[in-house]
Amino acid sequence: MSFAPGDTVRVSSRAHEGHHRAPGYLKGKIGTVERVHDRFLNPETRAYGKDGEPAKRLYLVGFELGDLWPTYRGDADDRLVADVFEHWLEPAS
Amino acid sequence: MERAVHDRGGWPTDAPVDRSEHELADWELLMDAIVGALSRSGAMNVDELRRGIESMEPAAYAAAAYYERWLFATETILAEKGLLASGELDERLSR
Amino acid sequence: MSGYHHDHPHEPVTASDEPAVAARVRALEELLLEKGVVDRDELRQRIDWLVSRTPADGARLVARAWLDEDFKVRLLADARQAALELDVDPGPSPVVVALENTDDVHHMVVCTLCSCYPKALLGPPPDWYKSLPYRSRAVSDPRCVLREFGLTLEDDVELRVVDSTADIRYLVVPRRPAGTDDLDEEALAALVTRDAMIGVSQPLAPA
Repeated sequence: MSFAPGDTVRVSSRAHEGHHRAPGYLKGKIGTVERVHDRFLNPETRAYGKDGEPAKRLYLVGFELGDLWPTYRGDADDRLVADVFEHWLEPAS
Repeated sequence: MERAVHDRGGWPTDAPVDRSEHELADWELLMDAIVGALSRSGAMNVDELRRGIESMEPAAYAAAAYYERWLFATETILAEKGLLASGELDERLSR
Repeated sequence: MSGYHHDHPHEPVTASDEPAVAARVRALEELLLEKGVVDRDELRQRIDWLVSRTPADGARLVARAWLDEDFKVRLLADARQAALELDVDPGPSPVVVALENTDDVHHMVVCTLCSCYPKALLGPPPDWYKSLPYRSRAVSDPRCVLREFGLTLEDDVELRVVDSTADIRYLVVPRRPAGTDDLDEEALAALVTRDAMIGVSQPLAPA
């Protein structure tokens, strides 16, 4: 599944037992793709001695901080951006 | 959802950020270099290092200095790969 | 920086002011050298490289960007390539992204999962960047964290917290301070602090 800047996406909230880099505080949250990065070797398989192929597309995804934290103390426009791999993103309307 | 030990974004805490700094000690520079060398040679990549760190018990993770976590992870991964025998490092230390 | 000695006979003896872990790391080094898993010269080179990294390199990129709009465009498009243009070592990271602070937007970088940091351009990260409170609160209460660093952003400035979760390394290009029109690149670079390039403070004001 590939995404473009402006796409609304949800970070998957699936359980994943092993090493992965999708932060817990973003799982299940909805954001917007801001940038399309290169593909990178998959750290989830490299962490277990595999070569990390096939490389996975990385996206810079932006979130409203007020959406991430119910008691967020800041500006309504404050955002958080994070690099999320393609296989952790789902389309959201 | 239970968090892995390293997954700290938004982890409940009121602790202020302690801004004091220290220059890296020789042993820390050495630990950094060992990990870099292991990565270059293919003995242990950065993702394996991180996996090793993430296998720490929560109390140990929180109490450890940064490069102590790297040492723990390195020992764990190298032992897993048979590059360090069980107890070999302890035995060398006790000489 | 204290001297790094590894030429004397191998005994993992530590100075009395070193923690116990130091002996364990030296014993590990000893074993790995004996096994041929690591090479002594490479260890020394890596240490030399790390201790030679300083924020002055990042500051050069920022100062040049302040003075040269075309360079700034190139820096924002590909910071790694822009660094190489100035003979600045961008480090081993395959991608370095520079993020520009403006009148409307302020960036702040964290790595909540570990300590990812552009150390080639800024030197080793400070302890606080790697600390659990920073990693936790930079994403949940960033304006409070900034106030702890002495920085209060105006309400109409959008704060963008950047969680460096993967292979990209992020460098903040802070806003050029007022009253610096007369300064040359070297003088401008002297105003650019490490903390300003992480995004937890502003650059220094001119003298």
